[in-house]
Amino acid sequence: MTKWLEEHTPKLVLAPSFIAILVFVYGFIAWTAWVSLTRSRLLPRYEIEGFIQYERLFDSPRWDTALNNLFIFGLLFILIAMFLGLILAILLDQNIRTEGAIRTIYLYPMALSMIVTGTAWKWILNPGLGIEAMVRSWGFEDFTFDWLVNPEMAIYTVVLAAIWQSSGFVMALFLAGLRSVDGEIIKAAQVDGIPTWRVYTAIIIPSMAPIFLSAFIVLSHLAIKSFDLVIALTGGGPGYATDLPATYMYAMAFSRGDIGQAASSAMIMMMVVFAIVVPYLYSELRSKDG
Amino acid sequence: MADLSMTQGVRQSQASKIALRWLLYSLLVLFALFYLMPLFVMITTSLKSLDEIRTGDLIALPREVTFDAWSTAWSSACTGIQCEGVRPYFWNSVLIAIPAVAISTLLGAMNGYVVAQWRFRGANIIFSLMLFGCFIPFQVVLLPMARTLGIMGIAGTIPGLIFVHVIYGLGFTTLFFRNFYVSIPAELTKAAKVDGAGFFRIFWSIFLPLSLPIIVVTVIWQFTQIWNDFLFGVSFSQAGTQPVTVALNNIVNSTTGVKEYNVDMAAAIIAALPTLFVYVVAGKYFIRGLTAGSVKG
Amino acid sequence: MSPILEINNLYKNYGSTEILKDINVSIEPGDFLVLVGPSGCGKSTLLNCIAGLEPITSGSLKIGGQDMTHVSPKDRDIAMVFQSYALYPTMSVAKNITFGMKVRGVDQATQERKLAQVAQQLQIEPLLNRRPGQLSGGQRQRVAMGRALVRDPKLFLFDEPLSNLDAKLRVEMRTEIKALHHNLGASMVYVTHDQIEAMTLATKIVVMKGGVIQQIGSPSEIYNRPANLFVADFMGSPAMNLIPAKVRKNGAGTHIEITRKDGVPIVLTDTKTENLPEDVILGVRPEDIADPAVRIGGHAQEAECLIDMVEPAGADTFAVMQLGGKHVTARLHAETTARPGQLQKLAFDLGKVSYFAPDTGLRLN
Ligand SMILES: Nc1ncnc2c1ncn2[C@@H]1O[C@H](COP(=O)(O)OP(=O)(O)O)[C@@H](O)[C@H]1O
Ligand SMILES: [Mg+2]
Repeated sequence: MTKWLEEHTPKLVLAPSFIAILVFVYGFIAWTAWVSLTRSRLLPRYEIEGFIQYERLFDSPRWDTALNNLFIFGLLFILIAMFLGLILAILLDQNIRTEGAIRTIYLYPMALSMIVTGTAWKWILNPGLGIEAMVRSWGFEDFTFDWLVNPEMAIYTVVLAAIWQSSGFVMALFLAGLRSVDGEIIKAAQVDGIPTWRVYTAIIIPSMAPIFLSAFIVLSHLAIKSFDLVIALTGGGPGYATDLPATYMYAMAFSRGDIGQAASSAMIMMMVVFAIVVPYLYSELRSKDG
Repeated sequence: MADLSMTQGVRQSQASKIALRWLLYSLLVLFALFYLMPLFVMITTSLKSLDEIRTGDLIALPREVTFDAWSTAWSSACTGIQCEGVRPYFWNSVLIAIPAVAISTLLGAMNGYVVAQWRFRGANIIFSLMLFGCFIPFQVVLLPMARTLGIMGIAGTIPGLIFVHVIYGLGFTTLFFRNFYVSIPAELTKAAKVDGAGFFRIFWSIFLPLSLPIIVVTVIWQFTQIWNDFLFGVSFSQAGTQPVTVALNNIVNSTTGVKEYNVDMAAAIIAALPTLFVYVVAGKYFIRGLTAGSVKG
Repeated sequence: MSPILEINNLYKNYGSTEILKDINVSIEPGDFLVLVGPSGCGKSTLLNCIAGLEPITSGSLKIGGQDMTHVSPKDRDIAMVFQSYALYPTMSVAKNITFGMKVRGVDQATQERKLAQVAQQLQIEPLLNRRPGQLSGGQRQRVAMGRALVRDPKLFLFDEPLSNLDAKLRVEMRTEIKALHHNLGASMVYVTHDQIEAMTLATKIVVMKGGVIQQIGSPSEIYNRPANLFVADFMGSPAMNLIPAKVRKNGAGTHIEITRKDGVPIVLTDTKTENLPEDVILGVRPEDIADPAVRIGGHAQEAECLIDMVEPAGADTFAVMQLGGKHVTARLHAETTARPGQLQKLAFDLGKVSYFAPDTGLRLN
């Protein structure tokens, strides 16, 4: 008995966590998937009816907007945050004397809740008293900067705030990547008389492919889950102009009482995430086993 | 002649080097201003009176510093029908975060220790499944979790939120510790086994004392995640148990009465203070630990 | 007396790959058994099986006459020294050494007495309050030894304990380990990939390759009568010369004919050649090809060879030539007259010669 216990202690220790993950992640995904195939509304029903919820979803103009916004937001957010992060990392990599302090400044937004970020930018961007009012008070009476309340432009304020929040983190990732490049390769290139910018474009950046991938995964994951920021900054408005799948799902689940729609939209979100993350994780685990 | 043009060339390249350096620093400062501006505006706004906000400039320093907005935000701002400020919600967040961080970190440490040092058949598959769990969009578990919390009788309670945070934090905490412990040679465990130590003894006497760097990383990560969480807070709490992020959002978006921007900003800073504090005090270690892992991976 | 360690028909698989195949070894009390073989051949795995750190797939294992096949490491009465030393990084040297006793609930006074004794024996008293991180490689090695010694076990297990030391220290520690074995009279199993270490330390050597035991024997048996081409090639430095040759019966003796790319074959005669096939591989140690002046009488036979290369190595000089299509090394006097590109008369001593079958690689004589 003690022998058995001794042998199986590791499994017994891991078991509760594993069972919890099985039930609360995989079991719950299965439940949501199941319900997304039923006619559930206010209360869940369990008779499978096929894809009606998904049909309703894709017929809904609000969902259409949400998906569109996710596309615009995701694309701009990921591209700009990566680009900005890389530039900042390269700038900071030039033997800057105050690197520590500057890094801290670039990074601190990461520590904030998206609700705080949203609140701050909502105040800064509000046309009545924010940037617009400030520039007007400087004498430019015709200056307009009303993105926050302009249905066409509101989604870009979300992009702006999200980049402000996350680009420092990408910078940190890239900076670590730049520093991990073999110093001897760089020295060899310098001895060969290759100019600094070519060293970056031809040697250092290509060798950081794994970091680009990590940054991409982290950012796309953030983009798809983004919920707090939209709620705090625009509340999904004006109208539904800045709805994302995450806010759509939440609205269906908790204010509209439409469980079927909530479940099917959540499933779509999960599929998008998995399409991006699964190949990445698979290759990661593969390479680590080898 | 040749000499002269040489020195000129050198001088020129030196001049352009200095110019480049200036450009570099100006760019860095410009970006620093971009990142600092919102914090600056938040702080100055929170110290202004409402009159000054209406008449003054967004980025101007307060003409007259007043802490009224802070005391309102802390103890009397309205989050919907209640008007008790963020104070009770701040303590809710503390009561949620501390146990949830402690439990999920401890479990993550044990799990990571098993997966990295006590490999058994299927351990890798179990770890992969736990890892995938980190990446799901939580929307996909909101509905069944709401029902489950109800069934368990902890819907809308602080223990309920602690439970949720522990469950969905496990993947990351396990990952952190696992990545840390795989770099420790297996011979250490073997030596301790030969010395007669068992599973728990080896963990307490040998692995835990080694783990300070990764405990710091995990605690900071979990604390930031849980303190800053909004989705679980807004989905699984009720009037008395909301965390501070939910309260902040309610204050900012409450439609009753005059918009008090200074109070909003003060409340936002209060909500941000704990994580900012942790970041400033221990952020160095976090970045060091985190980037070390991500570069290796 | 019953063997201190007895392994019968041990197999070890990882998943579907067989790592160890049909291992049978036994050693007597006081034996110093060295497991030697190229890296990846399964030495550490076998040692871990003996220690109980890896479960064995089939077979049985006895320590001190008791069946230990399914007993956990702590109850096997063994101590182990690891390649990386595996010192507990957060504990002081003293704590490292006493940890095992503490776990076993040995009383404080005994702990201190044994610690002092081992510290004195290994001359590590000044280090007792340091952490492993503050020690040099050699000092860590000593502490790891101390941790094992303090146990006073039935059986010591060493997994390449010297391979992380620099060359000079390695030789010193080798001598110390040998002295330790002598003084303690303890039984030891020692893993190394270094055949010199094996030859100098062992009372009994097990040569392994690909998870299979190739030969078990005393150092001189292994050196003089290697069981197959692998052992012949692996043990000894420079390695044994393995020269393809033809066997021709000729009355009482036998002619051993070795072809040369330039000129006539070398023909040597040997008497103990019953049952040799026509094609053999001749195994001659470099020291058995010497200056004629050194080899007077005995079995030595002289032949002129064209020297390709001369490598002075202090006490000896090695001369390399081509025989039977192979590089062949001769161990000559330091002041030899051999010069590259010149003919040199060499003495071949077939007294300890080995013959191997070219197809199976097995020893024939
Ligand atoms: N845990 C393991 N899982 C699978 N294969 C292993 C494991 N440990 C060792 N091996 C394999 O077993 C073989 C023998 O390893 P090892 O005993 O460490 O060799 P040695 O100590 O002789 O260098 C190697 O080919 C190695 O790849
Ligand atoms: Mg080994």
